Amino acid sequence: MAIGSTDLDDAQAADLLQLVPEAPAGRRLRLPRSPKVLIGLAGLTGFLVLAVIGPWIAPYNPAETFSTTASFPQPPSAAHLLGTTQQQQDVFSQLLAGGRSTILVAFVAGLVATVLSVVVGVTAGYAGGLGDDLLSMLANFFLVLPALPLLIVIFGFLPPSQGSDDVLIGLIIAITGWAFGARILRAQTLSLRTRDYVESARVIGERGWRIISFEILPNLIPILASSFLFTVLYGVGTYTALAFLGLVNPNHVSWGGMLFYAQVAGAEQSGYWWLFIPPGLAVALLGTSLALLNFGIDEFINPRLRAAGLSRRRARRAGAARPPRRFVLGVTPVLRSVPPAGDDGRPRGAPIRTAGRCSRSGGCAWTTAPARARCTRSSTPTWCCTAERCSAWPGRAAAASPPSPTPSPGCSGPPG
Amino acid sequence: MPVTTDLARVASDLTGAAVYVISRRIGFYLLTAIAAVTVIFFIPRVMPGNPVSAVLAKMQGTVVTKQTLSALQAEFGSDTREGLLGQYLHYWNDILHGNLGISTSNGMVPVTTVIRGALPWTLGLVGTATVISFILGTLLGILVAWRRGSWLDTLLPATTFFQAAPYFFLAFLAIDLFAIKLGWFPAGSARNTLDFPALDWTYISDILDHAILPALTIVVASAAGWIVGMRNVMITTMDEDYVLIAQAKGLPKRRVVWYAARNAILPSISGFSLAIGFVVSGALLTEIVFSYPGLGFIMLSAVQEADYALLQGIFLVITMAVLVANLAADFVYVFLDPRTRQEA
Repeated sequence: MAIGSTDLDDAQAADLLQLVPEAPAGRRLRLPRSPKVLIGLAGLTGFLVLAVIGPWIAPYNPAETFSTTASFPQPPSAAHLLGTTQQQQDVFSQLLAGGRSTILVAFVAGLVATVLSVVVGVTAGYAGGLGDDLLSMLANFFLVLPALPLLIVIFGFLPPSQGSDDVLIGLIIAITGWAFGARILRAQTLSLRTRDYVESARVIGERGWRIISFEILPNLIPILASSFLFTVLYGVGTYTALAFLGLVNPNHVSWGGMLFYAQVAGAEQSGYWWLFIPPGLAVALLGTSLALLNFGIDEFINPRLRAAGLSRRRARRAGAARPPRRFVLGVTPVLRSVPPAGDDGRPRGAPIRTAGRCSRSGGCAWTTAPARARCTRSSTPTWCCTAERCSAWPGRAAAASPPSPTPSPGCSGPPG
Repeated sequence: MPVTTDLARVASDLTGAAVYVISRRIGFYLLTAIAAVTVIFFIPRVMPGNPVSAVLAKMQGTVVTKQTLSALQAEFGSDTREGLLGQYLHYWNDILHGNLGISTSNGMVPVTTVIRGALPWTLGLVGTATVISFILGTLLGILVAWRRGSWLDTLLPATTFFQAAPYFFLAFLAIDLFAIKLGWFPAGSARNTLDFPALDWTYISDILDHAILPALTIVVASAAGWIVGMRNVMITTMDEDYVLIAQAKGLPKRRVVWYAARNAILPSISGFSLAIGFVVSGALLTEIVFSYPGLGFIMLSAVQEADYALLQGIFLVITMAVLVANLAADFVYVFLDPRTRQEA
């Protein structure tokens, strides 16, 4: 996906994102049930529950000092499941209690940044002209500005009394994290703006805000979700980094703060693994859950990625009668559920070309498993292309047109 | 096609529209640089509290001369004799003359001197690690997309973990495992302090020895982004007609993949601006864990000592470096993608 700041990429991004909202209304946001998504969802739910109940189920007060005589971190024992810190505090309690702050900051950052990116991105994409130029430039500016050094400077100047306010920290992180979302939302809005249903709403005389909130925004939901998760992921990493640097009040228990104290105690040099592995692993697992969930949304947005991840076994389970040993170059099958026979006059199993599934040049993609099975069965390499090609580049016209139920000739030789 | 004619044609193309594209980009980066300086000028002035007294509170125990005090006041604008606009113009004048202020935590030497001592280490470490991770990640991404559905797909969740883990956590693990438990590499610093800096093999090998572990951490943590990005674009690209034609012609598979990869790499290059920010931020943190004497390391000490002038100076230097890296990526993009040269 084009993320950079060259003018060209907008076209490319719009083209890629073109694939999004063609699904019928009922299918919106129904994520592919891949193991990735399930693991991600389960992990994220677990962490959210931990954020709520963590401080309550912690066996000790995370700030309590257990010994005044011991001067080294104590290794794990029955009393302290994950040992103690240099200050003789219970690591396990800190781990349970520290999730709340980390997750709260990350979600505040994600929410605020997503709102900002919608305001800037959708406005820029819808308004066009000078406003678009200025807003895009603002987004590009924040995109190339190195975020962490900027945050370090900001937090360096922040009085320590305000360094432990989770909401404030989330807000500041959001300022540096919205530009990416704004950019992809703008690209997608640009492409939605010229669709027929938006045009007709405009002709009817609907106001701009109504078109944006009722016609455009609902179609941005998958991208919105993806950019929200991305920003939360960014918030987790950034907050942990800031706390690790000791820039937020280190006595405010968080996973980054635990890593800060691990560094202070020289944990990595002295082998006090229980000081840095639990919080580091917690951050990494939270991040992995978010990223896996994001993969799921990516696969929803671009079905090719979905089929690409199919192993032979899973492809068969998904309905392919005889999955190919290895997917041929140049064609990625797009698996969808087998359509009910003949409801629109299409012979069952015939390759259907759904609008919005086209690649830029209208390459081959077919949608039903039996069709593919039929194609791979023939001996020589075959090309399953529909007769009509959605050839338009940048492809807007084709994607906007309704799905064509025209039955294709099925398996044919190479086109031309 | 012979490379020479290719280059000649590109060179002739470059004269026209490419100059326009590149000059637009340069204009944007210049504006960004101006905005960055403006932001860094205003941050101390809009923050609650008084930075001068904050610095003085942290400097307890050292002798504060009148000169120091006036330097601090000028730095943060508590010197009310000059208006805000005057201060701003003054700040620009200083920056354009290469004067970034005085570092209070390093015995009042100019900030530029401190940065000059640290910059080569960061450039060497982060530059090398970024190039390695870009090449490695892109190649792996091509491979994963090419062998779809094979065991290589399991690589994705694994790299996701490394990407989601904080850089400095990986650095902790690397030190604990490779430096302390196995003893293969030194655990920190950039060189043996006893070494005499000279251009001989002992010195160079010592520097390399110290750089391997931090560089490895950065590569492992940042390669995942390139892998996923390249794979996703590659899968879309492999459905293009020209790939199909190339295959229909009966070209060797390797060559077909090469055709697709050449085109799929473009978004990776244009996505450089987003990625480089992450890599630089992560690398700064990695330096801190490894006590590697680069910009990240002195940035931490600047924070701890409330050395704001140094902090602002480092931010400006990092920003300029990132902008230059972006400009370089844009040059490469214009060179690689003929569509940018046909524009306008």
